[in-house]
Amino acid sequence: MNQPPKPRIKPWNDPRIRAWVFQILAMAFVIWLATTLFFNTLENMERRSIQTGFAFLDRTAGFGILFSLIPYEETDTYGRTFFVGLLNTMLVSGLGIVTATLLGFVAGIARLSSNWLVARIAEVYVEIFRNIPLLLQIFFWYFAVLQALPSPRESIRFHDMVFLSKRGLYVPAPVAEPGMGWVTIAFVLGVVATLLIGRWARKRREETGQGFPIWRTALGLVIGLPLVLFVLMGAPLSWSLPALKGFNFVGGGVLLPELVALWFALTIYTGTFIAEIVRSGIQAVSHGQTEAAAALGLKRGQVTRLVVLPQALRVIIPPLTSQYLNLTKNSSLATAIGYPDLVNVFMGTTLNQTGQAVEVVAMTMGVYLTLSLAISAVMNGYNRRVALKER
Amino acid sequence: MKASHLVVGFGALATVAMAAAPASAATLDTVKSRGQLVCGVNNSLPGFSAPDEKGQWSGLDVDYCKAMAAAIFGDASKVKYVPLTAKERLTALQTGEIDVLARNTTWTMSRDASLGLNFVGVNYYDGQGFMVKSALGVKSGKELNGASVCVQSGTTTELNLADFFRANKMTYQSVVFDTSDQTLQGFESDRCDVLTSDQSQLYGLRSKLPDPSKAVVLGDVISKEPLGPVVRQGDEQWFDIARWTLFAMLNLEEAGVTSKNLAEMMKTTNPDIKRLLGTDGEFGKQLGITNDFGVQIVKAVGNYGESFERNVGQGSPLKIARGLNGLWTNGGLMYGPPIR
Repeated sequence: MNQPPKPRIKPWNDPRIRAWVFQILAMAFVIWLATTLFFNTLENMERRSIQTGFAFLDRTAGFGILFSLIPYEETDTYGRTFFVGLLNTMLVSGLGIVTATLLGFVAGIARLSSNWLVARIAEVYVEIFRNIPLLLQIFFWYFAVLQALPSPRESIRFHDMVFLSKRGLYVPAPVAEPGMGWVTIAFVLGVVATLLIGRWARKRREETGQGFPIWRTALGLVIGLPLVLFVLMGAPLSWSLPALKGFNFVGGGVLLPELVALWFALTIYTGTFIAEIVRSGIQAVSHGQTEAAAALGLKRGQVTRLVVLPQALRVIIPPLTSQYLNLTKNSSLATAIGYPDLVNVFMGTTLNQTGQAVEVVAMTMGVYLTLSLAISAVMNGYNRRVALKER
Repeated sequence: MKASHLVVGFGALATVAMAAAPASAATLDTVKSRGQLVCGVNNSLPGFSAPDEKGQWSGLDVDYCKAMAAAIFGDASKVKYVPLTAKERLTALQTGEIDVLARNTTWTMSRDASLGLNFVGVNYYDGQGFMVKSALGVKSGKELNGASVCVQSGTTTELNLADFFRANKMTYQSVVFDTSDQTLQGFESDRCDVLTSDQSQLYGLRSKLPDPSKAVVLGDVISKEPLGPVVRQGDEQWFDIARWTLFAMLNLEEAGVTSKNLAEMMKTTNPDIKRLLGTDGEFGKQLGITNDFGVQIVKAVGNYGESFERNVGQGSPLKIARGLNGLWTNGGLMYGPPIR
């Protein structure tokens, strides 16, 4: 067969070369823009004698922070205030994501309940709380909770161990003593064993159709095993009790009202969106699936757990990811009620004490970007696992 | 709150990133062509700057803005007030959002040296104190071990607080809010035992409580807080105008020129007063403003003493005594260099 002669195309008419040229031009423009902005900023700041650079991170901060997950004192550096704020942001976001998911799933399933009252309660909850601005809700919980509680001296007490007042919820804090390490190891072992058994049980079910009482096994491994060891080691744990001393409580652990208010508000607000996502996910599973499962003789719980939810999750996960990202970013409203998150501590006090707005704002934006991308990555990984596998 | 930070943050980025605006662009020309002085003030601090029901601003800091507008335009109403929180104020000035900042801002070395800003002088000598509920029966700051303290974010107050408790080996919990109104709300709702701020502010905030007698301001003064107007570095002419506006107010008081006796004073033969009121010499011209700027200032807001008494002194609900803020001739620290 005769190959038709390849038509000679001039390079500037070749679509592939053209595409490359345009992309390189576009890229060069973006890089030029970014570098110009960067160097212009530096030059202008220098001309206005504004200090630049990150040397301030090593200087002594000198201010106190209400609450920190890592040891922090006034003599620590500005760099450390960054981590204090970052961890506090991650704490409230993490707590919020867990509880908002639980609340959202419960409310979403409840909206589809055949029980009229349950469905209406869930509906009212969703419609009210997703339509009130989050900031207002945060203020509401903060000041409503605060106004209702007594002062520390008249705090609501429970056997002189738990105290609830305007200063927060003070509870006995566990103090580990020698031997506790073994209990922790047993707990970790229990979790790992449960995961392995869970995988094995799932594989067996897929191959043979036989079920396995995984929940009871998990309970025994995760709680029973460490408990037995705990008793054997002679209960190596003591408690630090909170006690009122002067103005405030000393000892014990504390749940601050700022954290509680923010956590509540984020949970309740985001929970409404998750509820709607869950409802749409479940409704996306065709009714034929439920009927088919019932026809196979599965119990109602099994139908939901084994047939409906796995399919609903495929619809639920992508928008759920967005809600997690929203929650994390919304946690920056903490600054309104003085919860020491990253925006309050680092972009607030640190920025003002150092005056280095550009660096601090850039670092803060970088953090939220990183957190968001990390959550996205995890959720996308999970999404790939539950996504429909084309066979 | 978050939005406003972002605005300031992005504002900072945008203005410093955009094509080179000459740092020494004559602020005076910009202000004149705009026809308005843009002045950064506190959003609500009785006695220093607060709007009334009709939206008219008044206070010691507001009077400074008015005096400056009077010196430039001969019209004290040509001011646009931009209310700022403590966190936003310095960035707003750096980025050129405002021409001058008169917002009870403490003059410190790091602010002066590293932010590209210049402090004009001191228009109120203040010091940090504590306000507590009377019911606690606390008499001194040294009894505050373990207390929860409400404090405003982005202030020198936050640092002094930490220093004070550390120096006295006491512990504390700092609850940090964005605005002074929020700190007051925290104090009122009993989240904090103590509210700390500059003494002058404590009196102002106390007057906002439903029952001011339920709170007391302790005698302790734990820091030096010289408050004064601030301008951007790099425009010496503007800096001088801002500075001599303040000095003129002080010199007017020292010379005994008030808004009431101005007409008589115009006829005086006293050479000091003649220079001050521009009937002799070309002092205003050297700054790029009119020679009679002293007259305009006193017409607009009176001399420093009048402004003080009207806003924070005996003519106001705060009833603060002159003390350190009296003229040097009366044992205070206020001292205007001579006009000659």
